[in-house]
Amino acid sequence: MTDSQTLFSLDQATIAWSGRVVLRDISVHIRAGEKVALLGKSGAGKSTLLRHLFRQESKGVAFCPQQPGLVPGLSVYHNIFMGQLERHNVIYNTLNLFFPFKQSLRDVASLAAQVGLADKLMAKAECLSGGQQQRVSLARSFYQQQAIFLGDEPVSAVDETQAEALLQQIMAQHETVVIALHNTRHALHYCDRIIGLAEGRIALDAPSSQLSAEALSEFYQASDNLASGPQTENPQYQHPAAGC
Amino acid sequence: MLTSARKVSAFFFILALLCLVFADIAIISVDPWAELRRIGMGFLQPVFFSGPELLQSIAYTLAFAVIGVGVSALLGLLLARLFHWRAVRVLCAAVRSVHELFWALFFMQIFGVQTLTGLLAIIIPFTGIFTKVFAEILEESDHKPLHSLPEQSWQSASAYIYARLAVAWPQLAMYARYRLECGIRSSAILGFVGLPTLGFHLESFYKQGDYSEAAGVLYLFFLIIATLKCWSHRWLLAAMFIAALRWLPFDFNIHGDSLQRFLFQDIWPAPLRNADSLMDLNVWAETFTWANWLLQAQAWEGIINTLLLTMIALVGTGVVTLCLYPFVSPLFAKSGIRWPSHLFLVVLRSLPELMLAFVIVIMIGPSMLPAIIALSLHNGAIIAHLLGQSTRTLTLRADRPQGMNLYFYEVTPRLYRPFLAFLFYRWEVILRESAILGILGIHTLGFYVDSAFEELRFDRALFLILICALLNILVDSCSRFIRKRLSLTGLPEIR
Repeated sequence: MTDSQTLFSLDQATIAWSGRVVLRDISVHIRAGEKVALLGKSGAGKSTLLRHLFRQESKGVAFCPQQPGLVPGLSVYHNIFMGQLERHNVIYNTLNLFFPFKQSLRDVASLAAQVGLADKLMAKAECLSGGQQQRVSLARSFYQQQAIFLGDEPVSAVDETQAEALLQQIMAQHETVVIALHNTRHALHYCDRIIGLAEGRIALDAPSSQLSAEALSEFYQASDNLASGPQTENPQYQHPAAGC
Repeated sequence: MLTSARKVSAFFFILALLCLVFADIAIISVDPWAELRRIGMGFLQPVFFSGPELLQSIAYTLAFAVIGVGVSALLGLLLARLFHWRAVRVLCAAVRSVHELFWALFFMQIFGVQTLTGLLAIIIPFTGIFTKVFAEILEESDHKPLHSLPEQSWQSASAYIYARLAVAWPQLAMYARYRLECGIRSSAILGFVGLPTLGFHLESFYKQGDYSEAAGVLYLFFLIIATLKCWSHRWLLAAMFIAALRWLPFDFNIHGDSLQRFLFQDIWPAPLRNADSLMDLNVWAETFTWANWLLQAQAWEGIINTLLLTMIALVGTGVVTLCLYPFVSPLFAKSGIRWPSHLFLVVLRSLPELMLAFVIVIMIGPSMLPAIIALSLHNGAIIAHLLGQSTRTLTLRADRPQGMNLYFYEVTPRLYRPFLAFLFYRWEVILRESAILGILGIHTLGFYVDSAFEELRFDRALFLILICALLNILVDSCSRFIRKRLSLTGLPEIR
């Protein structure tokens, strides 16, 4: 593993988000093939770090933000299809908006089935529940077929069983994964490296084989004692629109 | 049917295409390019000081606008308090649905080319609009200040002024200022029916082929609208109001006979006014024949053309909007493109449809085409501006697409419902303008109204104007129905 290519590297970087310094003196190196979990309380800087990594290198990266940010008026099919906009020309994309192409429809339908939304393919995104929207957002990432996955709590709004199935798919379909999680068991089980953020710094960075559930709960308690920053964002989902 | 934004759009689009098949969109002029070149040269070599009458006509334009808007705003404040009365609501809807120019043609018969004609032509429809919008603004404003007063005083005028008007004052004043711009536009186009405002000179210069002088008039008009923000200070406006009242020549010496004759004779259907007794059934049969004849000979063609034009222009407005809004949105255009585009939209917005259509008619002749172009460009520019501004409030994902993909997949779908709301809100305005554009020779209802006035057949004119008003109320309820169906919320900015 040590000789594989470094994909992301930060050396004593200070990162601000909307004018406020969120991360200070951060040094992280992520190599191809790693499956990294980011842990930490809300406001610890996980989202900021992920966005920064995505800005550093967006080629070959599927990015899955915490808020799905789906286009409310478009169908599930179109929202997933958006993962491959760059691979088709504008005419194909525009026609597909009005008359979905069979090939794309088949591909997207099988992805929708994979995330459990086979029956919602033509439903508008605004008519979905928060968990369903999150699954559409994940399906869009899968559809991008990239080697690297950056995800910000991509399974926070779905139930336990589904979350595990989705995490399994994320790991299986991407060579490199950096994913913010709030469930320590998931982090230990699916990732091979865990980075813990607290108070805008890296408080923990170790292979998950060297960590236990107890160690992680200690990390959380320790970061509890530090004054936790204000919660910067909550997943907000659109309420189902009228006419759904 | 008509349950989703997509279905509604497809329905209207296909309907407009069908209308295009039946509409007369010929280019009548022999050499439109030569005419365009001459008009263009006029804009490059404008003549501003074509005579003292022009300065006077600017003064008239502003005087009519300031007094007209001022008086109707005051009346609107008073009537808004009574807006819960059905009679007031119906009356307001009725006077709103008749265009300023029709009112002007109407009062012209009573007062002649006179100050009162110009003022009433603005005051009457504007009072209807002010009353409705003021009532809505007051309804939406905070009611708590009123409810904190003792309950027995809620109905008092003082409570109304202190706890209702004062609360909503910023919104009311903002709306009144916006209406002043509309008032200046209305006042300018009153010149097209003979009042001494800017439109009068514009029309006569173009008709005489004095394109440089005509361009000068248009530039002056833009200057007035563009600098409106600089001089529409309330004290200055109050001073202008008083100055205008003193300066405008009022002639209250109305011939009682002619007024009486007009109101009690001329505007009533010929068979009725010539009858000896209204109890005679034959009189009513003749009146019915008269109405039927008017319908067959003029009204149907006018109604059909008005509706054809409205449908095409509505969809044309939508197409223009969707094409233009990216040019004023920071998501798509850099500031080097945005500023010239803004200027272009401002020009299209401030030019009344009638003036724009008139210039195009000079170029390509009086078919429906100039009207379609003018209505689509003017209204499209208004909505494109609003839509372009609203793209600033969108929050998009970090991995958003670029260029055309951003336009088709992210931004346009997100803005589509507000876009439809803006568009359907404008429908009623487009209809009113479609009818009035008839005075340029396009065979919509306005054409027949204008001819009826010219032939001094006021009974026919009134009948046709009433049809316009009914169409307007019909389109308004269609628009309301569709907006309700698609649950598009109200948009106070473009009332």
